[in-house]
Amino acid sequence: MSEQENRAAGRVAVLVDHLDGAVRPTALELLTLARGLGLEVHAVWVGYSAPSAELAAHGADAVHEVAVDGADAQLTASVVDALQTVLPAIGDVGLLLVPSTFEGREVAARLAVRTGAGVVTGASGVAFEDGRWTAHKSVLAGAWDTACAVTGPLAVVAVAPHAVQAVAQDGAAEPSVVRHTAEASAAARAVTVVSRTRRPTSERPPLAEAEVVVVGGRGVEGDFSGVEELADVLGGAVGATRVATDEGWIGHEAQVGQTGVTISPRLYVGLGVSGAVHHKGGMAASATVVAVNSDPDAPIFEFADYGIVGDLTEVLPALTAELRRRRG
Amino acid sequence: MRVVVCVKHVPDIQQPRSLRSDGLLVRGGDDDTLNELDEDAVEAGLRTAEAAGFPAEGHDVTVLTVGPSAAVESLRRGLAMGASTAVHVHDDAVAGSDAIATARVLAAAVAKLHAEQPVDVLVAGMAALDGLTSLVPAALAELLGWPQLTLADRIEVADGVVSVRRETSTDVEELTAPTPAVLSVTDQAFRARFPNFKGIMAARKKPVTTWTLADLDLAESAVGPAGSATRVVHAVERPERPDRVLVTGDAETVPALVDYLSQKGFA
Ligand SMILES: Cc1cc2nc3c(=O)[nH]c(=O)nc-3n(C[C@H](O)[C@H](O)[C@H](O)COP(=O)(O)OP(=O)(O)OC[C@H]3O[C@@H](n4cnc5c(N)ncnc54)[C@H](O)[C@@H]3O)c2cc1C
Ligand SMILES: Cc1cc2nc3c(=O)[nH]c(=O)nc-3n(C[C@H](O)[C@H](O)[C@H](O)COP(=O)(O)OP(=O)(O)OC[C@H]3O[C@@H](n4cnc5c(N)ncnc54)[C@H](O)[C@@H]3O)c2cc1C
Repeated sequence: MSEQENRAAGRVAVLVDHLDGAVRPTALELLTLARGLGLEVHAVWVGYSAPSAELAAHGADAVHEVAVDGADAQLTASVVDALQTVLPAIGDVGLLLVPSTFEGREVAARLAVRTGAGVVTGASGVAFEDGRWTAHKSVLAGAWDTACAVTGPLAVVAVAPHAVQAVAQDGAAEPSVVRHTAEASAAARAVTVVSRTRRPTSERPPLAEAEVVVVGGRGVEGDFSGVEELADVLGGAVGATRVATDEGWIGHEAQVGQTGVTISPRLYVGLGVSGAVHHKGGMAASATVVAVNSDPDAPIFEFADYGIVGDLTEVLPALTAELRRRRG
Repeated sequence: MRVVVCVKHVPDIQQPRSLRSDGLLVRGGDDDTLNELDEDAVEAGLRTAEAAGFPAEGHDVTVLTVGPSAAVESLRRGLAMGASTAVHVHDDAVAGSDAIATARVLAAAVAKLHAEQPVDVLVAGMAALDGLTSLVPAALAELLGWPQLTLADRIEVADGVVSVRRETSTDVEELTAPTPAVLSVTDQAFRARFPNFKGIMAARKKPVTTWTLADLDLAESAVGPAGSATRVVHAVERPERPDRVLVTGDAETVPALVDYLSQKGFA
């Protein structure tokens, strides 16, 4: 970019998603993406004690910690209050990256109403093109690729997982750490958190963030043990179709699809999954799709990179065993 | 109690869908239908109102849509499920609005309804299956200045307080807020009732109010492409995935798959 373009593009801010003091892997991807834009990158961390060295290694030039006074800090409105304090303090922010989770998109929506920003959700990439921030995203269950330009004063881009691979750089300078306090708005104060209970987490990587996802559908007929074994051999997460979660074979949090978790792993393996459009909409952005299904006419074979028409009770154990054997 | 439910008329996702050369979705096909996830929102709205005495006098469930003339079909569906009144915001200038501009129109309509008779809860779906942004409910809360309780799977309203249970990606939460509040519901808890013949017949007689931007005191510049801070600049149909492999297989064919996975770096 020319210097003039750089000025027009402004600074980049990244809302860093974290849980129990640890950075979420997708936040490191967002920082890596931001670093690649060649502009000043500011990480925004709601709360105190951000792991600033880790954030700097992934691209942050400065880290902004912000406490929210007067409301629960996890509420959407509180996070928006935090951003509304920090963004003007950074100054000249042209692009804000947030994760394309429900929480991230809700933050984006409220911030857009307050500031006149334009929001693009589910982006796989972002670039400054023809004098505007432009986000790329695939839509309509992966059938179309689009580019969406932001014409407002601020571009808020909600980025899908695995848009880039998180890469730490050696020898990043110590970032400046700035602390802020935000006053909670009436919107944040109006909501009371009566209780909040952490759901049990599995040893496996979180579904939305996993590089490999093995999904079981109706075809597993109630038995997820083979799906879990394959996921473990591949170091991946276990997902399910809505049929499998509705049947109670596995918890609802495993549901992949338009009304479940949207995933974009490097490898998706579907076992006894038909590939219905509701499901496809949540996984069409997967880089490589492998499917095992006994029905040669199953829709999933229309978009699988590698399909095996066969009975999974035969193919699945053989696959897990062969992967184990080659690893030795 | 007064409940307003936002319902969107969308292309059927089981049918081929496409974008126009200007990047906007082709709408208005015969197969366009009520967004399935908004059936759950209508169900949630009906149940919430019923708990307070609906359909008895003094209670009301209004379905509200912003969309082209065909969108009235989705209102009829909501009325057939049991809603008592319907509002259709229909104005050609609204075409091409992005999510925030759409929310602006919906919020103006809700504010007008609220001025006529106070609204207790506004219910939306978790996403519209065409745009799939899930931006609208949170934007509505911000625009109206009402508390936001999204992705609820349980709703109770008593003494001017709404309580919801919701699941985030990591936690289960119980939240409360004073009415009026903006809610969205997931597809998990409010399996929608099926309209019966009586409901469908009754829906034909129920009132549908149509408002234009002028009725809402909204300027044309606040909506449509002019009022949207995003614009689709490029849209292409994605080519099929190249080099696809389909084999008829059993355990014998597995080594070839493992070779493929190892080429890709997974084995
Ligand atoms: C509003 C709405 C939202 C929805 N949201 C989602 C969502 O988010 N996610 C989602 O997944 N679904 C969702 N659905 C449901 C979706 O439409 C499909 O019903 C669902 O995805 C199908 O799941 P399935 O592939 O497991 O089952 P099926 O479609 O029944 O397919 C099972 C497949 O297994 C194969 N099979 C059977 N036995 C074997 C065997 N021994 N070996 C190999 N193959 C075998 C069969 O050939 C078949 O293709 C939604 C539906 C609605 C209405
Ligand atoms: C493929 C595609 C991608 C898009 N991407 C973006 C984007 O990245 N950013 C952006 O700003 N806009 C985007 N849009 C435009 C946006 O979808 C529309 O403006 C739309 O009217 C509102 O957003 P949504 O459909 O995503 O609704 P969501 O926010 O997903 O809908 C949630 C709920 O809001 C209510 N609701 C939404 N729209 C209406 C309505 N018209 N009438 C009544 N109730 C309604 C319903 O209860 C619904 O369940 C996109 C549109 C398409 C077709």
